[in-house]
Amino acid sequence: MAASTLEIKDLHVEIEGKEILKGVNLTINGGEFHAVMGPNGTGKSTLASAIMGHPKYEVTQGKVLLDGEDVLEMEVDERAKAGLFLAMQYPSEISGVTNSDFLRSSINALRGEGNEIPLMKFIKEMDEAMDYLEIDKNMAQRYLNEGFSGGEKKRNEILQLMLLKPAIAVLDEIDSGLDIDALKVVSKGINKLRGEDFGCLIITHYQRLLDYITPDKVHVMMQGRVVKSGGPELAKRLEEEGYDWIKEELGIEDETVEQEA
Amino acid sequence: MAVETKLPYDKQYVTQFSEGRGEPDWMKNFRLEALEQAENLPMPKPEKTKIDKWNFTNFTHHVSGDKVDSIDELPDEIKAFFNEDKSKNVIIQRNHSVAFSSVSETLTDKGVIFTDIQTALHEHPDLVKKYYMRDAIKVDDNRLTALHAALLNGGVFVYVPKNVVIEDPLQVVFWQEDDEAALYNHVLLVADQGSEVTYVENYISQNTEKQSVANIVTEVVALDQARVSYGAVDNFATGTTTYVNRRGVAYRDAKIEWAIGQMNDGNTISENVTNLMGDNSYAEAKAVSVGRGDQKQNFVANITHFGKFSEGYILQHGVMKDDANSIFSGIGKIEHGAMKSDAQQESRVLMLSQGARGDANPILLIDEDDVTAGHAASVGRVDPVQLYYLMSRGISKAEAERLIIHGFLNPVVEQIPIEAVRKQLTQVIERKVN
Ligand SMILES: Nc1ncnc2c1ncn2[C@@H]1O[C@H](COP(=O)(O)OP(=O)(O)OP(=O)(O)O)[C@@H](O)[C@H]1O
Ligand SMILES: [Mg+2]
Repeated sequence: MAASTLEIKDLHVEIEGKEILKGVNLTINGGEFHAVMGPNGTGKSTLASAIMGHPKYEVTQGKVLLDGEDVLEMEVDERAKAGLFLAMQYPSEISGVTNSDFLRSSINALRGEGNEIPLMKFIKEMDEAMDYLEIDKNMAQRYLNEGFSGGEKKRNEILQLMLLKPAIAVLDEIDSGLDIDALKVVSKGINKLRGEDFGCLIITHYQRLLDYITPDKVHVMMQGRVVKSGGPELAKRLEEEGYDWIKEELGIEDETVEQEA
Repeated sequence: MAVETKLPYDKQYVTQFSEGRGEPDWMKNFRLEALEQAENLPMPKPEKTKIDKWNFTNFTHHVSGDKVDSIDELPDEIKAFFNEDKSKNVIIQRNHSVAFSSVSETLTDKGVIFTDIQTALHEHPDLVKKYYMRDAIKVDDNRLTALHAALLNGGVFVYVPKNVVIEDPLQVVFWQEDDEAALYNHVLLVADQGSEVTYVENYISQNTEKQSVANIVTEVVALDQARVSYGAVDNFATGTTTYVNRRGVAYRDAKIEWAIGQMNDGNTISENVTNLMGDNSYAEAKAVSVGRGDQKQNFVANITHFGKFSEGYILQHGVMKDDANSIFSGIGKIEHGAMKSDAQQESRVLMLSQGARGDANPILLIDEDDVTAGHAASVGRVDPVQLYYLMSRGISKAEAERLIIHGFLNPVVEQIPIEAVRKQLTQVIERKVN
């Protein structure tokens, strides 16, 4: 598989009639890790959700292209089949569906009809990934995310990431709610995927994740736009100084999406 | 009475029927008394479901069925209920006759009785008489229970002696093979002190055109410290109107667990009532349903607490499609004196179409201060955010919906202890929701 490219061009997104994203531009190539940072309520999850096709978000302008293909024209499952993955900030709980049944259905959906994964191979792959992420084996037979702790849900998202091996992944606050050991384990899982064929957009509030997963580029979102981009040093400076200096530099008073710049 | 439905069978018929079966006199008299009462009793009044136009009178009361020497001689749809390594404890009732039965020697040696109700009346009349329609249900509950007592024409009797633990499930299939045969079916299961038993039953018919009636009563009596796990899958076709009443009584430290798959295609009233008589008794009533076509159904799950420290948990999940209409009532009742008891319930209805209707009525009736109780109820559609989550992993919309619906009905499916029955229930659900 050759490296993929995800291009986000002038993306405008509304939720329930309210404009949240006001022209986002970003390009992620296979082999690159990008971090997106920014204060609460500045549109980071909105960006992630719009890329994946969350039913509540309406794209009103702009483009999302994966290797030149129009992602916004695709159904959600087609986006996954095209190579996209989103680790969600708040994954859904689905009662009565075991984690392992769900994982197998997902893998088989991506592999396509007639090319289903043999059961033993699936179990082996799942067991290995669970060991790698230090996930209790019982989690395989539990209902999908039901009653999972915050940290368990996050690990489970990364388990899916490792098994589904997408071309481009968006990870929305995969570090929130994780204790320091879990953070290391999850980072280890993400780093394992690093390679020419894998591009990643990591949404986070904290430098500490980026201590483990060094980004190639760091972007700051405010008011529903990417307002600043830089290298890993940008994240470090944000950690030390907060966002005020950027706001000052750009003359932003209210960084939330409420305000027009 | 204003709405007088003429009884289809009279005193002379019932007398002859009872005598023809060689029943003890007390049973004949029991029937005749019930028949008399039926004339003056009102029909059951299910909440928000009108049943005055339902067929309760058009049926054939006695149809025999052929015997078979082995399960393999039966058609595939009946064979499907049995595991490959066929259970040793089986009764297959075909219309109103036993087509096949077997009980392992280990059980009979321990004094376990597992036989059809007619044989039980011959061989264990006193034991049957001691429990039959006494503690768990009353003949005069309503007209249909009285008619049931008068016209009883099939069923099973189970008695588990003190401290006997039965490992393998007892399995029964009630097969309404004849399109018009009415099942006035009675299951009486008595678990004596300290005993344990798992019982699984299937009801099935294929009458899509011709009409019939199923009037079913189950009584489970769990004496002190007994444990009963009761699995049932009802799958009557559109032609059969069903009144099914499953009752349980749990005495001190006893436990009754119901797992009921309500898969009928015809109009149905289904009641499941457990009385927690003893201190520290426990009941779990889990039921799932699928409604389709224009069928009307009314489901009641009731756990009533009399004993102290008693625990009751009700779960009802229903999926409604097409123009199906169902009412789900969950009743948790705590009587005065049943202190430290806990009554919990959850009723959820999933609607798959615009024309479907589903009501969830959670009811807590509490006459004691020192208790805990809670309920959750919801009626809604498949959650688009759940669909999105599954689809974001590549799963198609249809498959995602299928996963969510099966998951929603899983609390009962996973509880069914016989693999073949579980599989069969999954297939029925599959057929009904797609
Ligand atoms: N249903 C809604 N109706 C109106 N506004 C909404 C709705 N959902 C989200 N928003 C608003 O959209 C804005 C952006 O939300 P988003 O979740 O994208 O922020 P975020 O950058 O991910 O924040 P956080 O760091 O807290 O996760 C917020 O101001 C939020 O209140
Ligand atoms: Mg967010």
